[in-house]
Order: sequence, then structure tokens, then C-alpha cells
Amino acid sequence: MKNIILILIVTLFGFSVNAQEAKINKNAKIEFQVSGNCEMCKKRIEKASLSVKGVKSATWNIETGALNLLINEQKTNVLSVQKAIASVGHDNVGAKASDESYNKLHGCCQYERK
Amino acid sequence: MKKIFFTLLVACNFSSFAQDTLQGVTVEAKRDKLQKSLLKTANTTVITSKELLKAACCNLAESFETNPSIDVSFSDALTGTKQIKMLGLTSPYLMITEENIPSVRGASQVYGLSFTPGTWIESIQITKGAGSVVNGYESISGQINTELIKPLKDSRGFLNAYASTDSRYEINAHANHKFSPKLATSFYFHGNTRLAKFDNNDDDFLDAPIGKQVNFTNRWQYSNAETGLVSFLNFKYLKDQKQTGMLEFNPYFDKLTTNHWGSEIKSNRFDVSSKIGYVYKDMPFQSIGFQNAYNRHDQQSYFGITTYDIKQESYFSNLVFNSIINNTNHKFVTGLNFAYDKYDEFYNKSDIGRIDYSAGTYFEYNFDNSEKISYSLGGRVDLHNRLGLFFTPRFHFRYNPWEQSVFRFSAGRGKRTSNIYAENQQLFASSRLLQVVSNKNSRSELAYGLNPEIAWNYGVSYTHKFIIFDKKADATLDLYRTDFQNQTVVDLYNSPQKALFYSTNKSVANSLQLEFNTEIMKHLNLRTAYKYYDITTDYLSGNSQNPLQAKHRFFSNIEYQSHLNDEGQHWKFDATLSWIGRQKLPFTASNPEKDRFAEFSNPFSLLNVQATLVFSSMFEIYFGGENITNIRQNKAILGADNPFGSNFDASIVYAPIFGQMFYGGLRFKIK
Repeated sequence: MKNIILILIVTLFGFSVNAQEAKINKNAKIEFQVSGNCEMCKKRIEKASLSVKGVKSATWNIETGALNLLINEQKTNVLSVQKAIASVGHDNVGAKASDESYNKLHGCCQYERK
Repeated sequence: MKKIFFTLLVACNFSSFAQDTLQGVTVEAKRDKLQKSLLKTANTTVITSKELLKAACCNLAESFETNPSIDVSFSDALTGTKQIKMLGLTSPYLMITEENIPSVRGASQVYGLSFTPGTWIESIQITKGAGSVVNGYESISGQINTELIKPLKDSRGFLNAYASTDSRYEINAHANHKFSPKLATSFYFHGNTRLAKFDNNDDDFLDAPIGKQVNFTNRWQYSNAETGLVSFLNFKYLKDQKQTGMLEFNPYFDKLTTNHWGSEIKSNRFDVSSKIGYVYKDMPFQSIGFQNAYNRHDQQSYFGITTYDIKQESYFSNLVFNSIINNTNHKFVTGLNFAYDKYDEFYNKSDIGRIDYSAGTYFEYNFDNSEKISYSLGGRVDLHNRLGLFFTPRFHFRYNPWEQSVFRFSAGRGKRTSNIYAENQQLFASSRLLQVVSNKNSRSELAYGLNPEIAWNYGVSYTHKFIIFDKKADATLDLYRTDFQNQTVVDLYNSPQKALFYSTNKSVANSLQLEFNTEIMKHLNLRTAYKYYDITTDYLSGNSQNPLQAKHRFFSNIEYQSHLNDEGQHWKFDATLSWIGRQKLPFTASNPEKDRFAEFSNPFSLLNVQATLVFSSMFEIYFGGENITNIRQNKAILGADNPFGSNFDASIVYAPIFGQMFYGGLRFKIK
């Protein structure tokens, strides 16, 4: 019930409150590098990101390797997403995939590891 | 649950409702001219502007000749316009929209498709089956949405001229000005005329109406990527005049007399529409849109000594809100609609006008996680002064069993008021008595004393893409069924002197389409389709196949493009062959022998060809022929010798009236 009241207040005064809450951003824009090669990697990376509660959207760019996220910082943080991506085999700036999960990747997805 | 509650609250709080326009389909030149996606949830085909160049294609009605999903009928000598069918049902059962605003409906049902010149069109999306709830509750067998060229993407100038051996001349002139990368305007002018009277079948009646049309539009687009604001403003004006009937008919002396049978149809139309959309800066997946449209359509006409005038004033408004639930795998669109239609309608001076208004709200949930399954589940509730309070559900489902194949299922309900006179104007060109057989306990609020039309549509579709002899190919099987709980039928089986309108609760339209497309060699593409239609209705005389509907149809199209030489010059060739099986004809057996048709028409084939010579990306010429084997309906008009007698009937058209026609034109573009 408390939550509902809170939601009511937040929505009714939505914009102004949101704008001032600089620390906990419900639509935080995040960008970081994720290793990968192809269309299949893109699907896997985006799927892993979206599987984390609080991630609203995820777009990975095949050419640049940049992953763009919109996350609700009340519910999650960057590291959880980075770990989730690593757990499906993709190294990224925040977390490294285990050899086991890397080896499970489809042949065309086995990017060059640094 | 909490999140859903939150989202709903957000939606209410902004009291805002967005629209599809912001997600308009982008057309890439390198893609196929006819695009069938393996990933979209609905069974949608996109016709690009390149595909439209493949036929004589002077207006929207003529844009579907190279597409097997839509059947184009033959223009009759009276209206001179082609009518379309999808899944065996005529255009009133299709939702026809222009940039997602309902366009061809009510008073403009018969002629509306000829009011959008082909050169204005950027792309057409054809959705088979139930469609989305966003644009309304009226669609039953499918949706056709036309996107016009966007001012910010338009070329600076364009000129097209066309002439044909049936003495039709057309001109299209476009001008565009970009004030800044954010603001642009386009002016489009279209004019066409048919000057000479033709009577190739020697029945003393014109084979096609003479007439002229002036059509003008001005569009404004504002788009600001930094603020997320998008806006369109459109103005349109149209004046269309047609004259048909006997060769000797002169309206100045003979109008509404029995000297000679003749008809004039004059239409004036004015449209203004606006769209404003906002994409949230921090949340690109969330947007609000507001579209408003007003139009005034005024038709004044007479047919022999019958007069028919209809003036429709319409206002349409749609507030749309797009957003997500949790993440972008779960999208939703919700909104509010308002529609108002005022009809001033007079048939032989008797006032049959009415006012319709409705308000509705809708919600559609879309699930798509870029994997094998996606679906969309939508519903809307409307309150209408004649149709009452009702719920419209729509469901679409997609499954990719393999990477190169897709299975689709759709189901949905549609409801509408039949505008019996406006939709069946070809019947005015006959001595038939138009008689409405009202429902027994007909309520006063019903239009023409007839119950609203209600139908359920279900469909399955399977597409498989594969490689055969090293060539790309795809095959599609579509099966659709429309079950009318209530339909307004036009009964032409009762008597050749009457057309009865009444409600029936048993009519079914089943359709099957088998399509095969392949690239025979580089630049040589083949498209083929077989179509089977089983459309039956419970008439007063018993259950029967619907008239003027072929059970079997075959379609094939072949296109070839020569290699580009150093200057970018190349040739494009295109040929379409259609075979139309026998059609059941309206009942005429009680007429004297010379004024009868057989029970069934004979099957026939039609061939259209076109060649285009592209000189450069700026200039090209094209020429071609339609119906080049010169197939014609032998007897076009019953009782032509006595047009004011009881057997006169020019409304039964099952084959081309005109015969072969050749044309040529040029296109000049200033980049």
C-alpha cells in the first residue's frame, strides 16, 4: 500500500521530482563495451541484459561493440548487468566470462579474447 | 502487478495517448520491392514506391495490379474506377487509412481510392486478417495503410506526364522546399482528364466515363531529434467530374430527361489533418501522439432520371500513448478515439441522412523478445450512437519454427454500418428498384433499418524461404475465414428488376492463397499465386456463391532489369498475367432472351506489360499495354436499346469493358 501511495505521488508530481532526483535515476543512460562478433551475439547480449530486472532497453552495436542501456537505478546497477552478460559468455569492461561459458558459444561468436 | 499499476497510472496521469506514426515503416531502396517480413507479428506485406512504378498505376486503386493479395476488379463504364477485394470481400470490409487516419469510407467508398495519385505514395502496408485495434473497429478482412512521401525526405521537384490510347492524360508536379533540416513543405499537384468518347462495343454507350480531376495537396513536416518533437500538417483539395452514358447524351439538353440516358458525378472534397508526436528524451521507447482529421466530401450526381447526392462531414481524433512494461520486450499502446460523421444523403430527393458519432478506448500489448515467438493482444471498447456499446478483440501470433520460416495466426472481430447506397452506386446504372427489407423489430436508431454488420475473421499463414537450384525462393500458404454473424447483403438473385438489401446471419468467406516467388536468374524475378475463394451467403432464395466472384484465380508476374551501364542507364521490363475462373452472374433468366446473361461467365486471361528506360537517376520514360490480348465482355449492358425500360442494367461487369490500351509516360526528378 505504501508503495502505491509513493507511486501516486511520484507520478502526480512526476516530472519535477524526477528531474531533481539526480542520484537515483529511473532512466539512467549507460554505455559500455562488450566483446562480440555477429547478429547472434547481438541477440544474446541484448537478451542477457533485458533478463536483469530493472533494465528497460538494451541495444548492442555490432560495429563498435558499444552496448547502450536504459536502467532503473532503483532496481539494479551496472555491475549486475555486466555480470549477467559475462555469464552468457561475453567479456565486457565490468566482468569477464568464464572459459566454460565462452567455449559454449557458437563458432562464429567466439570473439578474440583480450 | 505493481508495475502494471504504475504504468497505467503514468498513462492516466499524462492523459495522453500516442500513435504509430513515430514508428512509421522505413523503406530501404535496396530491399525487395514487395517485402514480406519473417519477424513481424502480423501478416503484413509492404509495397514500396518502386513496386508502384511497375504498372500504369495512376492512382491508389491501380496500385495493386502486381500484388497477389489484392484482387482488382474491372472498372465499369459508369464509375470508371477499379474496386478492390481482399480475402474475397469488397473494400468496405477493409480498413483503408492514409498515414493511419481512416480515408476511404462512407461517401468516398467507391471513388476514394482514385483520389490518391500514385506519385504521392511512399509505401503501402497491406495487412491480411484482423489488423490492429489502434485505428478502429471497422476492419474485417484486412487493413491497407498508405504512407505519403515525407516532406523532409522529398526530392526538390518531380514531374510526371502520362498519356494513353483511351485518351486519358495525367500530369503530376511536385515541389518541395526545406527551410531547415527540421522544417520542410511539399506541394503536390495532380490533374487528369479523359476527353474522347469511346464505344468499342457499339452499344451506343461510353465504355469509360469522360471527365477531369484536379487534386492538390500541401504538406508540412517538422521534426526535431533533439527535443523529440514531430509534427505534420496536411491540406488537400479535390474536384472530380465524370460524365457517362449514351454517346449522344449532352448534359445541357438531356440532363434528367428521357431523351438519352446519361449520368454526371461531381465530387468536391476538402481534407485537413494534423499530427503531433513527442518522443520522451530519456526514454526513446515512450511516446505520445495526437492526430486530428476533418474532411468534407460532397458528391452530386444523377443517373438517367435517378438522383443521388451525398455530403459527408467527418471528424476523427486519436490520442495514442506508446510505452513499455519492464523492458522493451513488452510494449504496449493505448489511447482514446473520437469519430463524428454527418451524412446529408438524398436518394431521388428522399432524405436518408444521418449522424453517427462514437468514442472509444483501446489497449494493445505486444510481446517480442527477438526469439521464436511474438504476439500482440489488443482490445477496444466503443460507445456508438447506432452500434451501441461493444468490445472488439484482436489477436496476432508469430512463431518461427526454423530460421527461414514463419507461422502466423490471427483472429479478431469487426463491426460496422453498411452505407448501402454509397457503397453500391454501380446499381444506379440500372432500372433495378433498390429495396431495403428491414428487420422485423428494427430499432429506430439503425441506419436504413438494417442491423450492423458483425464478423469474426480467423487466419493462418505459413511462409518458407529457401534456396532452389542456387536461387532464392519463398513459398507462402494463407488460409483465412470470415464468419459473418450479421451481414448486409445485396441480393441480385431475386429479380433482374430489383436489388434487395437485407440482413443475413449466415455468410462465410473462405480463402486460400498459395504463393511462390523466385529469382530465376540475377535481375529476373518471378512471382506466382493460385487463389481459391469460397464465398457463400444465405440469400432469400437459398445459400449460394456470391455473384461476380471467381472461385479460382491464378496470378503471375515476371520482372527483368538489365545491367546498369556506365552512365547508369538501364531497362526494366515487367509482365503480369492473370487468369480468372468462371464467375456466377446475377439472375437474369426471367428477362427476354436478348437481355439475359448465362448463369456463369467464361474464364479468361489478361496480360499487362510495361517497359521503362531509365536514362539516369533524374529522368526515365515508360510505356506499356494493359489487356493486350484485347479481352472484352461481349455484352456490357442489358437492355441498351431501351435504357429507360425495365431490363436496362449496366451494373454487371465481370470482364474488361474497354479492351486493349497502350500508354506512355515520363518521370523527371530534381534532386
